[in-house]
Amino acid sequence: MRKFILRRLAISVVILFFVALIIYTIMRCMPSSFVENMAREKASLPGGKSYREWLDQLNQSYGLDKGIAAGFVHWLKQAVRGNFGDSWAFNVPVTQKFKTVIMDSFVLGGTSFLLQIIIAIPLGILAARKQYSKTDYAISVFALIGISLPSFFFATILKYVFSIKLGWFDLFGMIGRMYEQLSPFGKFLDRAHHLILPVITLVIVNVGSLMRYTRTNMLEVLNSDYIRTARAKGLSEKRVINYHAFRNTLIPIVTIIGGTLPSLFAGAMITETLFQIEGIGYTSYQAMTTGDIPFSMFYMVFMAILTLLGNLIADVLYAVVDPRVRVN
Amino acid sequence: MALLKSKKAKSANYISGKESRRISKENRKTTDQIEKQRNRRNVPRDEYITQMKDQNNVVEFDDLHTYFFTDIGTVKAVDGVSFNIPQGKTVGVVGESGCGKSVTSLSLMQLVQRPQGQIVSGSIRFNTGDEVYDIAKTPTSEMQKLRGNMVSMIFQEPMTSLNPVFRIGVQVDEVIQLHNKQMSKDEVKVRSIEMLELVGIANSEGVYRMYPHELSGGMRQRVMIAMGLACNPKLIIADEPTTALDVTIQAQILELLRNLKDKINSSIMLITHDLGVIAEMADFVVVMYAGRIVERGTADEIFKNPSHPYTIGLMNSKPAVGKKVDRLYSIPGKVPNPIDMPNYCYFYDRCEKRMDVCKTAYPNEIYLTPTHAVSCYLYHEMKGALENGR
Repeated sequence: MRKFILRRLAISVVILFFVALIIYTIMRCMPSSFVENMAREKASLPGGKSYREWLDQLNQSYGLDKGIAAGFVHWLKQAVRGNFGDSWAFNVPVTQKFKTVIMDSFVLGGTSFLLQIIIAIPLGILAARKQYSKTDYAISVFALIGISLPSFFFATILKYVFSIKLGWFDLFGMIGRMYEQLSPFGKFLDRAHHLILPVITLVIVNVGSLMRYTRTNMLEVLNSDYIRTARAKGLSEKRVINYHAFRNTLIPIVTIIGGTLPSLFAGAMITETLFQIEGIGYTSYQAMTTGDIPFSMFYMVFMAILTLLGNLIADVLYAVVDPRVRVN
Repeated sequence: MALLKSKKAKSANYISGKESRRISKENRKTTDQIEKQRNRRNVPRDEYITQMKDQNNVVEFDDLHTYFFTDIGTVKAVDGVSFNIPQGKTVGVVGESGCGKSVTSLSLMQLVQRPQGQIVSGSIRFNTGDEVYDIAKTPTSEMQKLRGNMVSMIFQEPMTSLNPVFRIGVQVDEVIQLHNKQMSKDEVKVRSIEMLELVGIANSEGVYRMYPHELSGGMRQRVMIAMGLACNPKLIIADEPTTALDVTIQAQILELLRNLKDKINSSIMLITHDLGVIAEMADFVVVMYAGRIVERGTADEIFKNPSHPYTIGLMNSKPAVGKKVDRLYSIPGKVPNPIDMPNYCYFYDRCEKRMDVCKTAYPNEIYLTPTHAVSCYLYHEMKGALENGR
């Protein structure tokens, strides 16, 4: 097992190198770059240098006068030392900006992810157990509504009903007006209160697919021969479902869940924007549109690492839940 | 004429969406009613505790009807089956695929796929020694005490019948622990290993810790048998136990089953389409066709004097050593559509000896000897034949 993990890690490093190279190339080839915009702005100021002069000067100071290959090597040299440079758009070190925005996104993503699992798996199992019953249809319809709803539309409805009509929540933001005066526990509650609507949006929109997936898998497992054997042993239905069937349903679900690791940190751009939560989704979008190469590079490479790690974790978990794939 | 015929043939297998919806609505009504009846809490005991007709039998199937309510119509998988399994004997059930052999045995275990599949009428009396249960009416909670304990089942597919994610030991322990609550963990383990040894697994301690995928098909079937026999059941249902195994293993498994049956003094209901297996194992034979019994009797009677044209056909379609034939015999035609069964003899269309009278009503059972019964008009006029055993 250790050998397997080490080999996978080694392969991951190679993949990561090429991913970073591709992202860097694309960032450099984008039609409107950060320096071009800046040069245009500066040139339009009275009494300044011309656009061309500004462009040359800025290119030099931002290190864009080098070719793509040389630029990438330079970035890589710094990156492996843990130095990702300063963000151009936000004028602070990349890691510092990242630290300030990641927490909100992670809490949002993590909470909704946990809720999704807690809701989707039991409901999926229930739907499979009572296939073609009213319960099954109700759950399937609920799942499909969730899958089909665009998050911006659903979030708007939630805001209209719960913020405007009922006034239970603030329309947007992470903290209330009186945040600073609150006790530490009060602060926590205030933040939690502001997270409710975004979390509901994310859960409802995303829960459906996992639910359908669980249902399909459970149905397959329930129709298998070993479940019939378990029943023939005289086991109670509860034990058949919760022990024999559940362990087998876990096999595909675990791989899916392992694969969702990056999404915990990816942020939810639309939801974050709608609720004005300054999370990573919103920030990375800004960085991308302004052509902020250092921040985008950091964010994308970070996502790539998480994706590779997620796959590795999924594979390891796969071996944990399924004895047939264990390597001896 | 040909045109008319093809139209009719089409209508047998094709129904409109409207019709299908009407049928499934009706089905739901019927199955919901049966399910409601089944799922009542605290069913009074005297509803399912009955008396055996003959105390020497372990199981008495009495006019069992098991139907499947599908969207294209009701499939009468088992349609009025009656036979007995005497204590300590092996009863072989033969018939081609889809004739209701497995559904009969699954009905006895209450493992028919519900809610589509239901026992609609008839009874299955099961003798535990102290009490007699009518399995058709026994609630699931009581049934769970019988399954694996009093009656156990060995399935056709050893490759998929064991749960792939649990060790062999865990799976064997589970059934012993479940029905012997007073046993400690260590006692259970000792018993499991003893059972594995009993079914001829040499490295029983090692196998105890293995996963199913580390074993061959024959070994897995042995584990299934160990699991089935761990609680000394009164009846073992073996549903084509050797079909998926190669010939050398087949003989070993059958030998094993026969020896163990005598050792724990139980009965076997052996389901198979292999007449060789039946000849070797069975004391009594039941021949099924399209959900009904066409002939039953002792093994000697069936093999020496096969009487129903279907049984004769089955015998002829079996390859025999030392008999040279150009081409192996096969019964012409195919089984009638299970949704749209004729009201005359089901075998009429394929029968070589059909007569005009066969087209009238389904033939009654005629007793050729006190143990040998056959449902065929050929014997109705026969001298000395006993109608309904009288």
